[in-house]
Amino acid sequence: MTKEQADVSLELLKAGDRREFARLVDKYSNSLYRLALKMLGNPLDAEDVLQNTFLQAFQHLRDFEGRSSVSTWLYRIASNEALMLIRKRHPEIALSDIVSEENNENDFVPAQFTDWGHLPEEELLSSESRLLLDRAIQNLPEIYRIVFILRDIEGLSITETSQALNLTETAIKTRLLRARLRLREEISRYYGEKLNKRSKK
Amino acid sequence: MSHNDQYNCQALLGSLCDYVDGCLSEELCQEIEQHLSECDDCRVVVDTLHKTIYLYKKSAEETEIPGKVRERLFKALNIEDYLQRE
Repeated sequence: MTKEQADVSLELLKAGDRREFARLVDKYSNSLYRLALKMLGNPLDAEDVLQNTFLQAFQHLRDFEGRSSVSTWLYRIASNEALMLIRKRHPEIALSDIVSEENNENDFVPAQFTDWGHLPEEELLSSESRLLLDRAIQNLPEIYRIVFILRDIEGLSITETSQALNLTETAIKTRLLRARLRLREEISRYYGEKLNKRSKK
Repeated sequence: MSHNDQYNCQALLGSLCDYVDGCLSEELCQEIEQHLSECDDCRVVVDTLHKTIYLYKKSAEETEIPGKVRERLFKALNIEDYLQRE
């Protein structure tokens, strides 16, 4: 039995025990709120996704078969809710754009080679830098953004991420590589300029 | 990346995630590290990629659900009796 199952009883949850459901909500609301906020970039939308995720979970607990862990199942619901809301907000982004994005490999070859990694952490994580980090993640196509959030921010394994998104592990690895490279490229431009300014002082 | 290194640089790009996540065999890691010791551009890409992931993780750790959002969540789910105020 995993630690997670020991912590929250699936049996009680399936029996409709409200106290146990409250424990489940308490345990995962922080992570799911963070996921929704990073996906949508807007606290009100993030709150909607969070509420809908737990409402869906409550309605479908009886059907949960335990093929993945409870947490992966919750991440799966939250990811679907967030992606649905993004598509509702931006119906102009056609599926064909996403497919052509997938086939465009040239965009992912590194072009920034400034070594900014040794900048002090207070500079790398200043309020201005945090805004840039947020903007860069919002600029990622959502099919890459969700993979990066689940794997690198929430710390799911490749297998868990593939279960949460119903994609093959190969597809997850490809999207993760592209997400990471694109973010690195964008933030390298910004930190590279910072480094330049420092050396001119 | 220089033209001489192009093949190795491209090969590195293919294994980059597995290398950064520590999922490669010792033999492949050694090959990559040998390449990194000779190719400054790839070394910078690997170092700054590590740092990119670290910065996102670190900045997200500080994001917490606001108290009011948590309260409204418990209310919407009809479990506010179990809301332990922090």
